[in-house]
Amino acid sequence: MVLRGLWKLTWIEIKVFLREPLGAIGTIVVPVLLFLVLGRITNHKLAPSSFQGGGLSGAGLPVLVSLLIAISAVLSLVTIISIYREGGILKRLRATPLRPYTILTAHVIVKLMLTAATLALMLMAGRRYIPQGAHVPWFSFTIALLISTWSILSVGFLIASIVPTARFAQPIGAVVLYPMIAISGLFVPVETLPPALHAVARALPLTYAVNLLKGIWNGDTWFTHMSDVAALTVSFLICTVLSAKIFRWE
Amino acid sequence: MPPVIQISGVRKIYGSTVAVEEASFEVNEGEIFGLIGPNGAGKTTTMECIEGLRKPDRGTIAVLGLDPFRQVYKLQERIGVQLQQAQLQKRIKVWEAVDLWSSLYRKKAVDGKRLLEQLGLSDKRGSWFMNLSGGQKQRLFIALALINDPEVVFLDELTTGLDPQSRHAIWDLVRGIRERGKTVFLTTHLMEEAERLCDRVAIMEHGRIIDIDTPEGLVARHCPERTVILDTENPAAKEIFQQISRVESVTCIDKRFAISGRGDDFVTEVIHCLSENRIRVTDFRTILPNLEDVFLKLTGHSIRE
Repeated sequence: MVLRGLWKLTWIEIKVFLREPLGAIGTIVVPVLLFLVLGRITNHKLAPSSFQGGGLSGAGLPVLVSLLIAISAVLSLVTIISIYREGGILKRLRATPLRPYTILTAHVIVKLMLTAATLALMLMAGRRYIPQGAHVPWFSFTIALLISTWSILSVGFLIASIVPTARFAQPIGAVVLYPMIAISGLFVPVETLPPALHAVARALPLTYAVNLLKGIWNGDTWFTHMSDVAALTVSFLICTVLSAKIFRWE
Repeated sequence: MPPVIQISGVRKIYGSTVAVEEASFEVNEGEIFGLIGPNGAGKTTTMECIEGLRKPDRGTIAVLGLDPFRQVYKLQERIGVQLQQAQLQKRIKVWEAVDLWSSLYRKKAVDGKRLLEQLGLSDKRGSWFMNLSGGQKQRLFIALALINDPEVVFLDELTTGLDPQSRHAIWDLVRGIRERGKTVFLTTHLMEEAERLCDRVAIMEHGRIIDIDTPEGLVARHCPERTVILDTENPAAKEIFQQISRVESVTCIDKRFAISGRGDDFVTEVIHCLSENRIRVTDFRTILPNLEDVFLKLTGHSIRE
């Protein structure tokens, strides 16, 4: 069966991740703390509103921190894949009846679960910033973040496929992914960017992720964001096909 | 009974380097077959083609009647693999690895607990992989290679980097695998390992198989010379020794003689000569050539160079 070993491998990968001394703290605690600190400094009410401007007002802060959560999950995936490749772990797993995509799926599931857990912690810890009675679409927002993470994870796979050694994986991943936030429309509306940057922003999945997350936080329906979901899916497909072509197991 | 592994005319090229050229051999059921040669000879590449992890550029391979590349999943159900320099997740526990591996195969896995016991890893069940010693890691990899009760076990440079004690312990384990009726295919650059463990060996260099036989057969064919070292103070000894049939050289330093000749009977001839001439010796030993000498003879250099 295709899924043979998937759950066991996923469960083991979760345990292995949690045993990493800095892994859990770095990827779960840091974004939550960042959210609390930034929330206090900006002292913004994070209630859904029709305010669509840039900056960290309204949906800005939760969307920013959510993206950081997604990106740290992606970076952690890039690092793990390259370490596993360098150490011959991928090759060893491949010399069993495990299918290659079962191995990769297990990692994606772990990262999505991690993202969801961090988001839940963040929202719980940041409840005080949300006014009484305001309606935040928690569930839809979580789904939107998972879709975004899933799409950005494929960018991570592409990076992991290209980067030759584990030492460079994390820094290169960071250099590629973090600047994407700057032009994603989170701080400045995409339309006001210079034409060249505008074109780049239009080609990056993060831009659509921001649009989707912002909209959902502000109470938009899924229907109005189908184009964002479609763009994220297309980017996932392109990156996955590309990495499947160039991915090396050793 | 058809051979368990049959490869013929296998060639594998990386870029402009020919890793394996025209490799052909057969491995029979129940034997320990060793592929020996220096690092970079193409042993691992050959083995990984047989395991289905690489696709040869040319030639045919059949393992248990299967095409290892096209029927790799079918094959992996029936073979056990230990890879050179493989690692596991640093913080995976020994029992978790065994448990995961047991769940990967269609047929019922062997009892992991007993397997760990047999390999002397029972008290390490809860240890992280990263905290195991080199020998313990290799024993765990042997356990993982045996978990599906495979018909053929592949061991790539199993004891490289281990201390002599762990090495001997692992040799015993490999013999145990053969005793359970399994076929073992291994690679090594340690001639002593090949000599002590393998029923038959193939010598590989620069991607080519140079010769295949039992270790004794290879030595008899390529290095038939025998040398006797003895100490005697008999002043006529040198002349007497030169009369021994099939003697090739007699050298002496002080009272120590080195007498070389050819053939299995040569040592007997020397003993016979000693007793017939009533030559009193204070030391006597023979030096037999081994696989190391065979390798030197065939390639013109030592395996460590």
